[in-house]
Amino acid sequence: MYWTLFLTFIKIGAFTIGGGYAMLPLIQREVVDRGWLSKEDFIDLFSVAQSLPGIFAVNISIFVGYKLKKVTGGAICALGTILPSFLIILAIALFFTQVQDNVWVEKAFKGLRPAVVALIAVPCLTTARSIKMSHKELMIPIAAALLIWKGGLSPVWVIIAAIVGGLVYGLKIKKD
Amino acid sequence: MIWLQLFYVYLKIGIFGFGGGYAMLSLIQADVVDRYGWISSQEFTDIVAISQMTPGPIGINSATYIGYTAIHNAGYSPTMSILGSCLTTFAVCLPSFLLVLAISYAFAKFRHNKYVEAAFYGLRPATVGLIAAAALLLMNSENFIDYKSFLIFGAAFILTWKFKINPILMIILAGITGIVFY
Repeated sequence: MYWTLFLTFIKIGAFTIGGGYAMLPLIQREVVDRGWLSKEDFIDLFSVAQSLPGIFAVNISIFVGYKLKKVTGGAICALGTILPSFLIILAIALFFTQVQDNVWVEKAFKGLRPAVVALIAVPCLTTARSIKMSHKELMIPIAAALLIWKGGLSPVWVIIAAIVGGLVYGLKIKKD
Repeated sequence: MIWLQLFYVYLKIGIFGFGGGYAMLSLIQADVVDRYGWISSQEFTDIVAISQMTPGPIGINSATYIGYTAIHNAGYSPTMSILGSCLTTFAVCLPSFLLVLAISYAFAKFRHNKYVEAAFYGLRPATVGLIAAAALLLMNSENFIDYKSFLIFGAAFILTWKFKINPILMIILAGITGIVFY
């Protein structure tokens, strides 16, 4: 059972490019279709894993592993999910320093760096749209981004402030 | 000292990394690039690019890569550097592990917890700000070297936003553009 869990999560870790939510259909297929978890249980785990900090794919694999085989299961599933990307990146880290100064690699990276920034900017806008903020609420992300970008504030403080602000608003003001 | 710093930084990223990989980027960047200078802003952008093209979450990829590079740049052997990447990868997952164990005991209570729901009133919009900060911090002179960079950015933005082009294809296209134009 441990071995099957390990191999299943290695497969999940190895075949989801882009990480995070891209892993979801694969995890669901492996875990629900094998009858390890019911669909309802899986959706519950998913919603809780989403609200936890940390790496989403790791959170959900620990949840599934724990549910099936307690602490050992959680550790084995997490290890499986991590292992493929760990090995691939380690190989790249060992190799990349040697090709970094290659003229073709340098040219390619000059071209793709601005594209990477665009690949971050787009999900920022799509997330902003999907949570449907009012004009007043829009001040929160703007202030957060400016404080980090121009003010040099650690994102940790922004996150703490957001949690405290959310608690105050959600528990006190909204009730009144 | 560097071992402790790496452990502390990735533990922190594991604890405060709300809102997924993109939101985590500014958190990683703040310490790894700006505070400790383990890698340059350019290298950080390269890791994000590599993460988009290889399997696995950016949180793990950056931990593995930076654990190796930081130890390597500090003058240690490759074997020690591999230990460095084990350390950071372990550190970033440790909080998840402890949290999941803690919550499993009170799972039903946590699911519709009013405190958790309230905290997300603030966290959800802040996440957008964190992603924006990550993009803005990378819009620097290391990544945008001339007018061609801005053209590539504009084209990549439109292709991703309007035409929903696959990110891997986008990075490959931008890489080819770089080889042709530089």
